[in-house]
Amino acid sequence: MTYPEIPRRSWVQRWHVKGIGGTVVLLVLLVASSQMTGVDVGMFFSNFGQFMNLLVRMSHPAWDYTTVIIQPLLETIQMAILGTTIGAAFAIPFAVLSASNLIHSRLLRNVTRLFLDLVRTLPDLLLAAIFVAIFGIGSTAGVVTLAIFSFGMVSKLFYEVIETIDMGPLEALESVGASKVTIIWYAVLPQILNQFISYFLYTLEINVRASTVLGYLGAGGIGVFLQRSLNEFNYSQTAVIILATLVVVLVIDGISNHLRRVLL
Amino acid sequence: MTQAPIISFKGVNKIYSNGTVGLKDISFDIPRGQFLVVVGLSGAGKSTLLRTINRMHEITSGEITIEEEPINDYKGQSLRLLRRKIGMIFQGFNLINRSSVERNVLSGRVSYYPTWKTLCGLFSKADREMAVRSLQRVNLADKLYTRADELSGGQQQRVAIARTLMQDPKIILADEPVASLDPLTTATVMDTLQRLNREDGITVIVNLHSVALARKYADRIIGLRAGQLVYDQPIAAVTEADLNKIYAEGAEA
Repeated sequence: MTYPEIPRRSWVQRWHVKGIGGTVVLLVLLVASSQMTGVDVGMFFSNFGQFMNLLVRMSHPAWDYTTVIIQPLLETIQMAILGTTIGAAFAIPFAVLSASNLIHSRLLRNVTRLFLDLVRTLPDLLLAAIFVAIFGIGSTAGVVTLAIFSFGMVSKLFYEVIETIDMGPLEALESVGASKVTIIWYAVLPQILNQFISYFLYTLEINVRASTVLGYLGAGGIGVFLQRSLNEFNYSQTAVIILATLVVVLVIDGISNHLRRVLL
Repeated sequence: MTQAPIISFKGVNKIYSNGTVGLKDISFDIPRGQFLVVVGLSGAGKSTLLRTINRMHEITSGEITIEEEPINDYKGQSLRLLRRKIGMIFQGFNLINRSSVERNVLSGRVSYYPTWKTLCGLFSKADREMAVRSLQRVNLADKLYTRADELSGGQQQRVAIARTLMQDPKIILADEPVASLDPLTTATVMDTLQRLNREDGITVIVNLHSVALARKYADRIIGLRAGQLVYDQPIAAVTEADLNKIYAEGAEA
């Protein structure tokens, strides 16, 4: 009997060198970094009781505190909406300039991306500290911080969306004799709008949570109250604040899901 | 022939940056109002040839003139004005799927407006009527407010033709316009192109794979193989055997 001739796999393919090698490297890196940084996983479990203790103390939310935090919570939402909107608006032109399928000049693209990387590198707490120093304690500092933070994040998400679009309509508009800006408006925008909205809402959600932390530095909103309750070891108030923030995040998530269903 | 050709290729070469030869020493004239069909295997350079006419592809050497003007050096505004008078139809239709048919058709008119007006959608009443008339010519006026991706393939290609009509083109380039359509819709699309050629005197250049379609619609057939012009005959002189040869010899190579 005869066997069909089967092409031989190279030994790299036969022994799955890439897959196994990658896994080994990852494990070695994990073990090495936990040893070098001195992270003690055992401590997490031995001190678990304290964590439970905290949870127990938070398990009696002071519901009458709700009326106090509604106003600052609204302020937090307003700050998040303002910051996200301003950041996203500025992100659009930068996202266009960073997209490799729209901008053929590698130099321009890389300079823009470097700038965006730089913006993303700045920690939001540092930004908040700076702007509290500039604008004083209050929500202005928070809004500016959130705007810059969202700008860095959204512009990266946006240009990655732009790079996945279908180039056919762009070719058609180019062949019609449209200008570059018109091409983007007619052929790019309709393709990316839904994902833009979706990412915008995601950023809004992140900003609501982030602004609770920014309050620590005096950047306004619910964070100021969160800090106060923690300082006073008033964990029943902390619980209310966390639950209220959860409600806001859930609502934004619901809106986001609904919009995506309607728009797609 | 007394009238000057509308398009003229003079010793055109196109070499891609990776060294592939796209077009090799192409020289021929296309008279005004001709229905020209380009045949050849995939990769023979048909798409490249078409796209050099509206400068979607740059040529390496030689000269292309349109209405006796060399187009090689056009830039910015002059390039956009050149493209305005050359409509283009694609195999994949290239409509903006999420937009309405009306917006797709009007997008064929944007080169007649300054950019800011196109951004605000400030099209004149006359042009909006023109959009309806263009759709009437492809029998799709009732789909004006339908989203483009809700149409069938044949309908989408006809919307693309209506978009091209908004340019008021003197030339229409069609790159395998029926390659992804069934036989029935193929006939509708080809008939539409023929009508525009005969009624409006638009010069039409179509890339086709189908020898039968080429013989049915063309005034003249040219054949490409490996970037070279290997065949050029008016339809009366074309024989089935000639056309089969263009494909057969390419397949051997």
